[in-house]
Amino acid sequence: MIILYSFLSVTLLGLIFGVGLSMASKALAVRKDEKVEAVESKLPGINCGACGYAGCSGYAEAIAKEEEEDLTLCSPGGPDVALELAEIMGVEVEISNQRMVAQVFCRGNDERSKTEFVYQGVTDCNAAYLYFGGNKSCKYGCLGLDSCIKVCPVDAIIHDEDGCVWVDKELCISCGKCIDICPTGVMKLIPHEADYIVACNSKDKGAVTRKYCSVGCIGCKMCEKASPEGGYKVDNFLATIDYSMDGEREAASVKCPPKCILSLKGVTVKDEKN
Amino acid sequence: MSKLKTFGLGGVHPHDRKSRTNGKPIEDAGIPAVAVIPMSQHLGSPADCTVEVGAKVEEGMPIGKSSGFISANIHSPVTGTVKEIGRVFLPNGTSSQAISIEVEESFSPKSSWKADKNWEELSKEELIDLVADMGIVGLGGATFPLNVKLKVPTGSTVEYLIINGVECEPYLTADHRGMLELTDKIFKGIEILYKIMEPEKVFIGIENNKPDAIKVMSQKASAMSFPTEVVPLKLRYPQGDEKQLIQAVTGREIPSGALPLAIGCIVSNVGTVYSLYEAVVLGKPLIERILTVSGGAIKEPKNLRVRIGTPISELIEKCGGFSEVPEKVVVGGPMMGFAIFDLDTPVTKGTSGILALTLKEVNSSVRTSCLNCGKCIQACPMGLNPTTLFKYIDHQDYDGAKDIGLLDCKECGSCGYTCPAHIPLIHGMKLGKLILRKNQQKQNKVKA
Repeated sequence: MIILYSFLSVTLLGLIFGVGLSMASKALAVRKDEKVEAVESKLPGINCGACGYAGCSGYAEAIAKEEEEDLTLCSPGGPDVALELAEIMGVEVEISNQRMVAQVFCRGNDERSKTEFVYQGVTDCNAAYLYFGGNKSCKYGCLGLDSCIKVCPVDAIIHDEDGCVWVDKELCISCGKCIDICPTGVMKLIPHEADYIVACNSKDKGAVTRKYCSVGCIGCKMCEKASPEGGYKVDNFLATIDYSMDGEREAASVKCPPKCILSLKGVTVKDEKN
Repeated sequence: MSKLKTFGLGGVHPHDRKSRTNGKPIEDAGIPAVAVIPMSQHLGSPADCTVEVGAKVEEGMPIGKSSGFISANIHSPVTGTVKEIGRVFLPNGTSSQAISIEVEESFSPKSSWKADKNWEELSKEELIDLVADMGIVGLGGATFPLNVKLKVPTGSTVEYLIINGVECEPYLTADHRGMLELTDKIFKGIEILYKIMEPEKVFIGIENNKPDAIKVMSQKASAMSFPTEVVPLKLRYPQGDEKQLIQAVTGREIPSGALPLAIGCIVSNVGTVYSLYEAVVLGKPLIERILTVSGGAIKEPKNLRVRIGTPISELIEKCGGFSEVPEKVVVGGPMMGFAIFDLDTPVTKGTSGILALTLKEVNSSVRTSCLNCGKCIQACPMGLNPTTLFKYIDHQDYDGAKDIGLLDCKECGSCGYTCPAHIPLIHGMKLGKLILRKNQQKQNKVKA
């Protein structure tokens, strides 16, 4: 008899609560905009913040409510996502941006570049930069204290076998977080297809750079002469490459006295490691 | 003996190590061959350089003009020719525009200064303008422009003027010697401050490791025409900080984020008061300061009267050079000072001491993980939790650190001093504040 009563009472309670809950879920339902959901489902969902919104949902909401007109802000998604977003929103979108990736314009490790003092502080580039611009003699280079590595949402930045900080261009989503956090400004965006890079950021005179770093650009203009079609330009004692020119760049790389023009052809960090 | 006053929370008791210099009279450091005058020697925006390369400058001539609400004028400490205008690193690790002046060989400092007007005839506003003209900043370390501090906004009143003669940093004895040797002049400076601020009472806080200074100052204080009291304080670090000193002397506590004026107090260092005297009575701008050169690796430690812009190496030479290779050369006190790597770094308005420390004094050790011992929490005079703050910062949660009071930290170094794991806690706090500042700037930009 007791078994029957308890069985009946629990079943009855279950029924009452079940009905109550199902009614409540209908009555108190949070109405979510279908458009927001649709947009959000197309975004990558890594919440990197590259678009300038708090996360993917923030950007999705802004697009769906037509507060944000630019549909190309999602750099991890690239043109594919932009096109999909345009389809949902029913607008045309102009895809002009080629895929960009961040890279470290410095190959000065402990052996190659000199230091001025022993740094014993917090392992963070911004903390080191507070005192005399870091302990390296070069005030433009990579301090190597991992601020960008910590901030990268996709773990695309590592210390390579040379001990230099390097970005894996296949993994980089060009969110720009590393560029933001870097105190020396040594990280910059380059096209994903870039074949060569002048891996130096020193704007000091050649003689000064040569004293403190064996792989620093000395502004000798050799690259301009060796590969005149390669888009090399020396300004402020520092060579840069204009990637809109697509001439030959190899000769300059070979002739560069400090060997700071590196080939990126088919080289990713992983390849180097293997 | 009655119980000595002191502040409430936290604090540490480092050995004061003042005995090597506290008996030594202030000496003149002499004139450098080249003086390097940075344009950013104060809190706030750097001064605008008003001279060009090749220009002739004279002692006391303005060479930098205050460039904002919180900024200060800069004067040439020597007579000579401007050789170069470049950038140098300051002792605190930042870089600043600086004027190098090659000193004329025949130059000898002016022996008598004379103000244009008798200060007693000047009104309050004229006095404050004069202070601004003379480029006086707080010499206790924060280098806050004095004229800004003196402008009391309408609505607030100053009840207590507190003169800071605490000098709680170990090794430093410049203020101590100043109080002994320049007593009359300091009191003249206090009179000027009294005229500008009109407080109800003047307190002079001095720690009880300087009994001679307490005695001399008390004698003089009793003869003043307004109520002045010397308050002997129990030896404890960081008593020389504004907030701790006010609490020790008056028992009042400044609310978080507020200025001392919120509770009717104004604090000024004895060194600043002396410079105020020189500026107002003698018409001499802030071109010299008194500092201590000490530490185990210095042959003959001394208290020196130094021209701003003198390279630190010349001062060390003046003190007989190094007796052994120092492990660190620190500018400022050992608790809050900065280690420098280049001995040609110039002395600035905020340089209160130069310490060449031996390996034993530095007591450097390998950093280990946090032991959760809680010593830093006990030591923090602001009642913060340094170890948790550091963990937040270490994990890049700067807003989280702000929520638990990062901005109340004034980097006194008590936590780092007690930390048995040798964690660079203060450095972490500085990093956290830097990032918060950067993020704020970014937000302002977005809004604009």
